[in-house]
Amino acid sequence: MKHAKTATQNACKLCNPLGACLAFRGIEKCVPFLHGSQGCATYIRRYLISHYKEPIDIASSNFNEETAVFGGSHNLKLGLKNVTQQYMPEVIGIATTCLSETIGDDVKGILREYMKESISRTGEPILIHASTPSYQGSHIDGFHAAVRAAVETLAEKGAPHNLVNLFPNMVSPADLRYLQEILDDFNLPSMILPDYSKTLDGGPWAEYHRIPPGGTPAAAIATSGSAIGSIEFGSTLEAAKSAAGWLESKFGVPRYHLPLPIGIRESDRFFGLLEAISQKPRPEKYDDERRRLVDAYSDGHKYVFDKTAIVYGEEDLVISMTAFLQEIGIRPVLCASGGKSGLMRKKLEALVPDLDGEGIKVRDGVDFADIEDEAALLRPDFLIGNSKGYTMSRKSGIPLIRIGFPIHDRFGGQRHHHLGYRGTLELFDRIVNTVIETRQDDSEIGYTYM
Amino acid sequence: MEANKTYPDPSAIREELVQKYPAKVAKKRTKSIIINDPEAVPEVQANVRTVPGIITQRGCSYAGCKGVVLGPTRDIVNITHGPIGCSFYSWLTRRNQTKPETDADANFITYCFSTDMQEENIVFGGEKKLKVAIQEAYDLFHPKSIAIFSTCPVGLIGDDVHAAAREMKEKLGDCNVFGFSCEGYRGVSQSAGHHIANNGVFKHMVGRNNEKKEGKFRLNLLGEYNIGGDAFEIERIFKKCGITLVSSFSGNSTVGQLENAHMADLNVIMCHRSINYMGEMMETKYGIPWMKINFVGAESSAKSLRRIAQYFGDEELKARVEEVIAEELPKVKAVIDEIRPRTEGKTAMLFVGGSRAHHYQDLFTELGMTTVAAGYEFAHRDDYEGREVLPGIKIDADSKNIEELKVEADPELYKPRKSEAELEALKAEGLEINGYEGMMKQMMKKSMVVDDISHYESEKLIEIYKPDIFCAGIKEKYVVQKMGVPLKQLHSYDYGGPYTGFEGAVNFYRDIDRMVNNPVWKLIKAPWETAAAEMDGALEATYTEA
Repeated sequence: MKHAKTATQNACKLCNPLGACLAFRGIEKCVPFLHGSQGCATYIRRYLISHYKEPIDIASSNFNEETAVFGGSHNLKLGLKNVTQQYMPEVIGIATTCLSETIGDDVKGILREYMKESISRTGEPILIHASTPSYQGSHIDGFHAAVRAAVETLAEKGAPHNLVNLFPNMVSPADLRYLQEILDDFNLPSMILPDYSKTLDGGPWAEYHRIPPGGTPAAAIATSGSAIGSIEFGSTLEAAKSAAGWLESKFGVPRYHLPLPIGIRESDRFFGLLEAISQKPRPEKYDDERRRLVDAYSDGHKYVFDKTAIVYGEEDLVISMTAFLQEIGIRPVLCASGGKSGLMRKKLEALVPDLDGEGIKVRDGVDFADIEDEAALLRPDFLIGNSKGYTMSRKSGIPLIRIGFPIHDRFGGQRHHHLGYRGTLELFDRIVNTVIETRQDDSEIGYTYM
Repeated sequence: MEANKTYPDPSAIREELVQKYPAKVAKKRTKSIIINDPEAVPEVQANVRTVPGIITQRGCSYAGCKGVVLGPTRDIVNITHGPIGCSFYSWLTRRNQTKPETDADANFITYCFSTDMQEENIVFGGEKKLKVAIQEAYDLFHPKSIAIFSTCPVGLIGDDVHAAAREMKEKLGDCNVFGFSCEGYRGVSQSAGHHIANNGVFKHMVGRNNEKKEGKFRLNLLGEYNIGGDAFEIERIFKKCGITLVSSFSGNSTVGQLENAHMADLNVIMCHRSINYMGEMMETKYGIPWMKINFVGAESSAKSLRRIAQYFGDEELKARVEEVIAEELPKVKAVIDEIRPRTEGKTAMLFVGGSRAHHYQDLFTELGMTTVAAGYEFAHRDDYEGREVLPGIKIDADSKNIEELKVEADPELYKPRKSEAELEALKAEGLEINGYEGMMKQMMKKSMVVDDISHYESEKLIEIYKPDIFCAGIKEKYVVQKMGVPLKQLHSYDYGGPYTGFEGAVNFYRDIDRMVNNPVWKLIKAPWETAAAEMDGALEATYTEA
C-alpha cells in the first residue's frame, strides 16, 4: 500500500456550501444565496443541475478584490435587496463560502443590520443563515447545517399537536415522495425538511415561476417546535449538529434517530417507530410491499449470495447500504467515504457488529485513488456508489451500480428510490440485474435464460 | 434572412426587461441591453461586474484559467490549491477530449488533484501542504509539467504559489512547475482567468523548444478547446489540406506542442475572447501574425481554409484547399437540402460564451434560421463591436488587477513571418490580419444584443420572442425547457458534437432538427399558450399534460 497521501486525488466528496444550497432548495419560495465569489454559485448550480435536470438558481454576493479585502457587508446587503425585488422570495437561504469565512465576515451581524434597515419595507423575506466554510467537512455537513439553521430560525414553541417532523438526510426526490406517502398513510400530519421532491423533480410550467413550486413552507417549519417528535435519518449525524437535536434541546421535542432505512431490518425499524408514534399498525399496503421484497430476496438469492461489493459515498448512505448488502448475503469488502466524521466505523458496528470477522474494511476520508487501489486488490463483483466511480469501473472492468449523488452520466438519478421496502426492492432488482448482466456478457455462449 | 414572425418594438422590450430592477440597477443594465444596427454598431457595456444578487451565468477566474485554458492539455498535472469544491467542480466537466498517440503517452485529464485545504491550512498557511502535493504528483507520474491554480482563500491567507512553484521546479529538476494567481474573486468573470492563463502559458511554456517541425504551412490553432471532439475534426481537415498543426491552444494539446508553438508561421484564432492575448504576445515577441477564423459552420470553415491559403500565398495550397472544399461541401449540402425545409424561418437565441454566440449564428443561417437575440456571458466590447473599439475601452479597477505582460521582440527568435508590405498587400486583398470585426456587424438590424444576461431577463425575452430554440448552457437548460422551448447547450453540446468543420456542421444540423421538430414539445404547453387557452376553451381540450 502507498504511503499516506497529503493531496486529494479524485475526491469522493463535494464542498460544504453545495449541500446547503441543496437543502435550501427544499424550502418553499426560497432562493439559496452564497456569500462569496460568483464562481461558487455557478459551479454549484452547474453541478446540481447535471444530476437533477431541473433549474436551480443560486444568487451570490459577487465578491471582487475590494470586497475580499474590506469585507462583504455592502455586497451581501445589495444582493439580498436585488434578490428580493426580482424573485419576491419568502425565504433567502444564505450560506457562506471559504472566501467569506476566511476573511471572517460577521454574517449574523450583517443580517441583523440588514433587517433593521429594511424594517419599514413590506414583503421582506425571512433570512436563514448557515455557516458552511468549504475547508471544513464536506457537502453533507453543509446540508445538515442548512436544515438546522432553518429550524433554528423558524421553529416556534406552540401548543403541542399531532405533528411529526422528518429530517430525511440527503435523499432523492423519489425517496422524499415515498416518505411523504408513508406518513400520509399512517395519517400522521408531518413536516419533512427539506422537501425538494417537487422543486428538483417537477413538471412543465403552465405559468412562469421565478422560483420553482414546491418545498417545505416556512410556516410548516415554524410548527416543528411543537411536534410530538422528530425522526432523523443518518447514523453519523450527531444531535449537536442536527435539526432534531436542536428541537429536542430547545423545545423538548423527542428525537428519534435512525440510520437511513435501507434493507428489511432498517425499514422494519422505521415502520416500527411510525407504529409506535401513531399507535396504529402498519397499513396493509406496506405489508404487501414488505412481502414482495422478501419474495424478491428469496427469488434472487441465488444470484447475489456470496458476491462482493465496494460501496462508497456519504458516510450515512454507505453505512445503511452496507447493512442492506450484508442482509442479502453480499459481502461489502470495502465501505469507503470521502467524509470523515470519525464515527463511521463505530456506527457501522452498531448495524454489523463483527466487521473484521465478516471481512468488511471501513475507510473514511478517502479519495477515488485510494478506492481504486483497494479495488485492484479486492476485485469485488461490483461497485455501488455515485457516477464518479465510472473511471474506476471502466479501468477495472468491474460494473458500477449508480446510487446517491451525483449521477450525471445516467438518466433519472433523481428518481431512484433507496429507502424503505420500495427503495430496497428497487436496489435489489438493480443489483441482481447487474450480476445477471455481467454473467450474460461474460458468457462465451450468450445464454438468453440466466 | 428575416424571421417569419413579428415582434414588438425592441425599445419597449428593453424597457420591460429592466422595469423590475431598482433604479440604479436598471440604469446599469440598460447599457448592456442594446438594439443592434450592423451599419453603425452601437456601444455595448460589457465586461463589467455583475451586480450582487442578479443571478448570472458567469463563472470565475479559476474556472477560466484552470477549467478553460489549461484544462485540455493532457500531460500537465493540474493541482488546485484550495478547499475541495473548486477542483471537484472542474473535474472533466467541460468535456475537453484528448487522444494520446499511444497508450503509453501521459494523459492526466481524468485526474483531479487538490490540496483539499482544511481549517488548519487556512489558519497556518497552505504552502507546505502544496509543496508536498507537488512532490506527490511528481513521484506518482513524473510529468513534464505541474501547474498550480489558486482558489479564493489562497491569496487572502498569503500563500505564495509562485514561490512554491519556483522552489519545487528547482528541486525536481526535470519538471516545469508554475503557478497561477487565479483566485475566484479576481476580475469580472472567467475572462480574467483566460488572461491570467494566457500570461502563464506564454511566460512558462511557449518558447522552450526551438525545434522546427516539418511542414510547409505551419500554424497554431488558438482558442479551440476540443469540446465534443471539435479539434479532431479541424485536425482532420488540416491534414487533408496539407496544413501542419504545430500546437493547439489547447484542445488535444501536449506540453511539447505548446513549448514549440513559437516556431509556427501563423496563429489562427477561434475563440477571440479567451486567447487573443496569446496571439498579440506571440506577434510582438516572435513576429507571428494572427488571424481570426471560424470553423463553426460549413461555409465559415470553407472561408477560413481559403483565408489560411491566401495568407500562405501558395498556389498549390490554394488548389488543395479548393479540392477539399469541393469534396466536403456537397455532403453537407445534401443534408442541408434535406433538413432546411423543416427549419427554414425558425428563430434562435444565443446567450453563451465569449465567441460561441457569434460563431453558431453561422450554422443557424445555413439552416435558414434567424438569430433574433444574442449575447455573451463574459466577452468584452471588442467581441461585440470589433477590435477597432479597443483604444477607447476604459480600464476599470477589475481589469487593472490583471497583469499585462510587458512583451518585447525576442532578440534571437523574432522573425516577422510577413513583411509590412506583404501584410499591406494581404489587407488590400481583404484579408484581415490581427483583427476581429465582432459579432454585431453580422447580426440583423433591430435584433437584441444583451451582455451577461440574467436568468430573469432571459425568461422575459423568451416570453416575448418565443424562439424555436435557445442556446446557452446547462444552468439555463431546464428552466427554458419548462417553458416548452428546446435549449441547445453550447458549452457541453448536450453531450454531442463535434460541431466544427464539415462533419461537425452535419452533426449540428441533425441535432437542431431533432430538437426544434421534436414531437415532445407538443405535449408541453408554454406559459404564453396557457394565456391563449384561457381565452379559448376549445384549445384547452387539445392540451395533454406531459
